[in-house]
Amino acid sequence: MKILTGNDLRSGAVVWWNGIGWSLFVDDAVDAGEDADEILARETAARRVNVAYAIDASIDAAGHVRPAHIKDRVRALGPTVRRDLAVPTADKTGWDWVI
Amino acid sequence: MYKYDQYDQAMVDARVEEFRDQARRRMEGSLSEDQFKPLRLMNGLYLQLHAYMLRVAVPYGTLNSRQLEALADIAEKYDRGYGHFTTRQNIQYNWIKLEDAADILADLAKVEMHAIQTSGNCIRNISADHFAGAASDEVTDPRPYAELLRQWSSFHPEFTYLPRKFKFCVIASEKDRAAMRLHDIGIRIVQNAAGETGAQFYVGGGMGRTPMIAPLIRDFVPIDQLITYAEAALRVYNRYGRRDNKFKARIKILVHELGAAEYTRQVEEEFAHLLSVGVEPPHEELARIAAHFVAPAFVDGPKTLDRSDPDFALWVDRNTHRHKHDAYVSAVISLKPAGGIPGDATAQQMRVIAKLARNYSFDELRVMHTQNLLLPHVRIADLPAIWAALDAAGLAAPNMDTIEDIIACPGLDYCSLANARSIPLAQRISERFAKSGRTEVVGELKLKISGCINACGHHHAGHIGILGVDRKGTENYQLSLGGSEAEDVSLAKITGPGFDEDGVIAAVEKVTDIYLAARADGERFLDTYRRIGMEPFKEALYG
Repeated sequence: MKILTGNDLRSGAVVWWNGIGWSLFVDDAVDAGEDADEILARETAARRVNVAYAIDASIDAAGHVRPAHIKDRVRALGPTVRRDLAVPTADKTGWDWVI
Repeated sequence: MYKYDQYDQAMVDARVEEFRDQARRRMEGSLSEDQFKPLRLMNGLYLQLHAYMLRVAVPYGTLNSRQLEALADIAEKYDRGYGHFTTRQNIQYNWIKLEDAADILADLAKVEMHAIQTSGNCIRNISADHFAGAASDEVTDPRPYAELLRQWSSFHPEFTYLPRKFKFCVIASEKDRAAMRLHDIGIRIVQNAAGETGAQFYVGGGMGRTPMIAPLIRDFVPIDQLITYAEAALRVYNRYGRRDNKFKARIKILVHELGAAEYTRQVEEEFAHLLSVGVEPPHEELARIAAHFVAPAFVDGPKTLDRSDPDFALWVDRNTHRHKHDAYVSAVISLKPAGGIPGDATAQQMRVIAKLARNYSFDELRVMHTQNLLLPHVRIADLPAIWAALDAAGLAAPNMDTIEDIIACPGLDYCSLANARSIPLAQRISERFAKSGRTEVVGELKLKISGCINACGHHHAGHIGILGVDRKGTENYQLSLGGSEAEDVSLAKITGPGFDEDGVIAAVEKVTDIYLAARADGERFLDTYRRIGMEPFKEALYG
């Protein structure tokens, strides 16, 4: 699946396209499918999000969204070396899937 | 240290308000990111993996306690309670909001600091020997010349849009503690046989994807022609540097492609022209600047210590450096606790260090390119009190220049350019050597880790260097041996195929085993490597 991500314009926080707007939680990301380019163009023009782009992702057996590339997995939760600063998540698998 | 005059302050204040307006227009939507990006970068504001990152300039690594306290306040008020000291003697904040950025710059301006020219294709923060003004072996304090260069290069209209970023370094001793020859321009302040002060110019060094050691192009530029010669060197680069290819745009490529002799010829020609024009600042300006760097009023005192506490004695042996006055030393504050993140300091730690500087070091601090901090002028008699305060704050790791004193870039944990994580390797290696007690046995060993080919972690100059690469979406690490950033400068050579995270940590242990088995009396790791060559290490790693 294709999901969309970027950084919030004002806060710089990593955000994910949830079909309506931008969420802080990767599990909220939805498959943008063939609409990816159109959504990116629209949202970039609206200047709500910075440097938005589409990435490959999958959904695991427990229903969690997993970005394909390590860089986006690190972006999804935060620095692996400062887990105290991680994005809050209900994902019980913790950090195991990031690296 | 240098204090802003009304012009300095007015320039910085004006830039804050200019950026406030630019940020407002970006947030209101009248500027696109393409329009805004070069503006924010000119003010040190990057967009990294998790948030905006602000890089604050610390000119030639010199700070006072008030400034460090202001940096601590910023860490708490606008960031997440910590900052990261970098290999260019700067500090970075990793969790900045665009809506706060102008207020942060305003807070910095109140303590004579800014983030100008910490990014972009311009002359970046001037770095220097962190022991400047304190070292027993310097011919003079190099910082007045670094400050003159800073003022000349700030907002210089001709050098605002260079082909690529440009880094100066200034030292004033035979020993190189600042990686001088791995800069675009490295300057060594010297005295000739007649006792006149001048500058040696090394041009075209650097790390990154094409590491090069800068050749000497002029062995004595009279000090009253320093800026003129620097301008000539920049002009030739600005004229002929490769703007068509980002990867070939640094001055090292130009010097290499032209050849040092031809580049030098062109610089000398431009220099002769500029001498006729008269671009050198008046001598009075250098004298005005130099007056800010008059040595503190050192006083005689005890030169010996009670060394009955072995932990204290080890710290003194490892983390203090000879001072030009024999009742003083310079004390290194390690930001590398075993298992810690190299270069990170909490706001609380910054305040502890600021207080120590105020009480014991003439209100002066230095940021070292090794990502540590330094109290430059400490009475030997005050070392027990300083050590006790540092120990209580978790800042007394006795590991300067050991395998635990690792330089590591932020890597894939923070940096949008990185291919692999650097920090976890540093944490695991330092923890492993600290726990095994091998750190002292191994002795001086400079380990440097970069998370990508840009080499912010100086891996090319590591006695042991590690480069993180992306191998089909997973982290992989190349090991290299034999680099040095010091006066015996050399570039490290890759050992062979890369390793995964566990594998490269095991590889570091293996190469230290080979060293310990082969070393002759008094040899550092680097000396043994240079004597026995790469083969025994390769055999151990891949045989």
